[in-house]
Amino acid sequence: MLRIDNLHACIGGKEILKGINLEVKAGQVHAIMGPNGSGKSTMSNVLVGHPSYEVTAGTVTFKGRNLLEMSPEDRAHEGLFMSFQYPVEIPGVSMTNFMRAALNAKRAYQGLEPVAAADFLKLMKQKREFVGLDAKFMNRSVNEGFSGGEKKRNEIFQMAVLEPSLSILDETDSGLDIDALRIVADGVNRLKSPETSVIVITHYQRLLDYIKPDIVHVLYNGRIIKTAGPELALELEERGYDWVIREFETAGK
Amino acid sequence: MEEGKDNILVRQISEEKYRYGFTTDIQTDIFERGLTEDTVRLISARKDEPEWLLEFRLKAYRQWLTMKMPSWAHLNIPPIDFQNISYYAAPSVKNKGPKSTDEIDPQLMKTFDKLGVPLEERLALSGGMAVDAVMDSVSVKTTFRKNLAEKGVIFCSIGEAVREHPELVRRYLGSVVNYRDNFYAALNSAVFSDGSFVYIPKGVRCPMELSTYFRINASGTGQFERTLIVADDDSYVSYLEGCTAPMRDENQLHAAIVEIVVLDRAEVKYSTVQNWYPGDENGRGGVYNFVTKRGDLRGVNSKLSWTQVETGSAITWKYPSCVLRGDGSQGEFYSVALTNNWQQADTGTKMIHLGRNTSSTIISKGISAGHSQNSYRGLVKVGTEADGARNYSQCDSLLLGSECGAHTFPYMDIHNETAVVEHEATTSKISEDQLFYCNQRGIPTEEAIGLIVNGYAKEVLNKLPMEFAVEAQRLLSLSLENTTG
Repeated sequence: MLRIDNLHACIGGKEILKGINLEVKAGQVHAIMGPNGSGKSTMSNVLVGHPSYEVTAGTVTFKGRNLLEMSPEDRAHEGLFMSFQYPVEIPGVSMTNFMRAALNAKRAYQGLEPVAAADFLKLMKQKREFVGLDAKFMNRSVNEGFSGGEKKRNEIFQMAVLEPSLSILDETDSGLDIDALRIVADGVNRLKSPETSVIVITHYQRLLDYIKPDIVHVLYNGRIIKTAGPELALELEERGYDWVIREFETAGK
Repeated sequence: MEEGKDNILVRQISEEKYRYGFTTDIQTDIFERGLTEDTVRLISARKDEPEWLLEFRLKAYRQWLTMKMPSWAHLNIPPIDFQNISYYAAPSVKNKGPKSTDEIDPQLMKTFDKLGVPLEERLALSGGMAVDAVMDSVSVKTTFRKNLAEKGVIFCSIGEAVREHPELVRRYLGSVVNYRDNFYAALNSAVFSDGSFVYIPKGVRCPMELSTYFRINASGTGQFERTLIVADDDSYVSYLEGCTAPMRDENQLHAAIVEIVVLDRAEVKYSTVQNWYPGDENGRGGVYNFVTKRGDLRGVNSKLSWTQVETGSAITWKYPSCVLRGDGSQGEFYSVALTNNWQQADTGTKMIHLGRNTSSTIISKGISAGHSQNSYRGLVKVGTEADGARNYSQCDSLLLGSECGAHTFPYMDIHNETAVVEHEATTSKISEDQLFYCNQRGIPTEEAIGLIVNGYAKEVLNKLPMEFAVEAQRLLSLSLENTTG
């Protein structure tokens, strides 16, 4: 699905990623954990092609293609999706119009006709109910005036509509109360299939109680310094990150 | 309803430039360039006008000679040589009588067909819209006249109205916009050519939308159309106006007057989608659009609503206004003005409250991109007698890029202490984060800008009749192509 080799990236001339290696296979759930400022958000932004970040070295292949050569929208069309940590508000643009534009852009990329109005409405209703959002939601402007929970549910709603093959959940648990967290995690779990993969980026173990990772990585200072099974997340929750960092630094000497 | 509009929009957005930029190769009767008293007499003679109208023109011409181009607008207007313009150009028509489809040059039919203007009376397809099609200085055809006549509605070219309803034209022409009003009004009053005349009799609700489509075709000419709409007591009409011109390197002058008279309890909705050729990306060519539009709400509880979507023209100078004379009369102005490349627009409205309990609403949405300059200029005036006058104004500006300008010039002139006047203004930009969010969902940047701009302008676009709303949304998206980067 995704293969990252020796990825280096910087923002504003400052190097943040210093040689990331990661392989995500179809059907897997990977968790990327780490202290603040370790490069977690940079990594997800680089993968989806945010223009503020510059890749200085390394390669990323996605479904066998060079991901770094593709425009952000083509990455989306190829099946890459990011649930944003801070979903942006777009005043005046209704969710209906936004989703139709997104869906039809993908269909155009696949050489398909724009979606028929009736099919579109049916799809919206089905996916909306999937994350428990009411009908009025579709007439509201994208994320405008949404509560923290609504914004994250909206991200999962969009994920459900666009059916990506690889989803990156960037700090999806931040700002969520436990009920909202459950709804969001439940949505992600129900979208999981042997053909799709998920990268969960999180600071805390909490979300991983609901979305069970197959593999857990610790990102520190722009590198992945430890990779293990799901038990690592629990250990990190209990003991913090310091011991992993010490272990890594000792090994380096 | 909304659902339908948007659906069509999304399907229609495609890669295209100014698609009205073609010219029609047709035999045209065109005057020598230049403007003298003889030119005015010649225009009047060509149109077989009565003496009183020639007098009206000549008075205006003499007034114009004493006037100067207004310079107060936030516009940089290159000198205009008024002697280097032809003031009359008529595509050849076989006779001047009532026109039917088969008498029109097939080239003209084709032109309007290509512009998407139905000159055949296809009720179902055109959505029941009657059209007056004007090319250069003359009206080519007016459709659905019989159907309208059954209701007593008069819809024809102003030239024809002068011949067939002289008493109405004489009574109202120049009664809203005096020829002394301003430089361009004087010029128009002297040399005006065709435009539409509408009369809605007492108690009649006009059974279909009326529309005039203005097309400049000949080069080196100006277009000086004149529109007069009279809505008698308890009547209603919705009127639409569309405009396009070929792409040319030269600048072409368009100086129109629209006068609207609204009597007791009558209501008029006037919608414009203005898409004159805006010039190229280096600011070469384009139409100078210097227009005086005004409604006189003479009747009690009368209502006039202006809705305009301005995407075209190199320079726009235009302030559709309401004189709220009748007690309880209501004026509305909804505007989207988009400027790109080197376009300049100074547009807004005047709401003159004279009657008691009059109210007005102003919603203006400016969008500037490229190196363009976009100004809102509005006057809210409340006279001493206008007890209980109310106004609400909202002026928003959206900037795309850092080389363009957005300006707001609201004037208030209040002479009655019971007046309630509110003004709100905002300026915003499309953020990179918004665009990237769209990109990540697979929406390319240009389409994302179109989506955001249409969302921003929604409040105004929703005031337009369905067909126009779709066209306007498409235009907004197209006019912003290549604004990124």
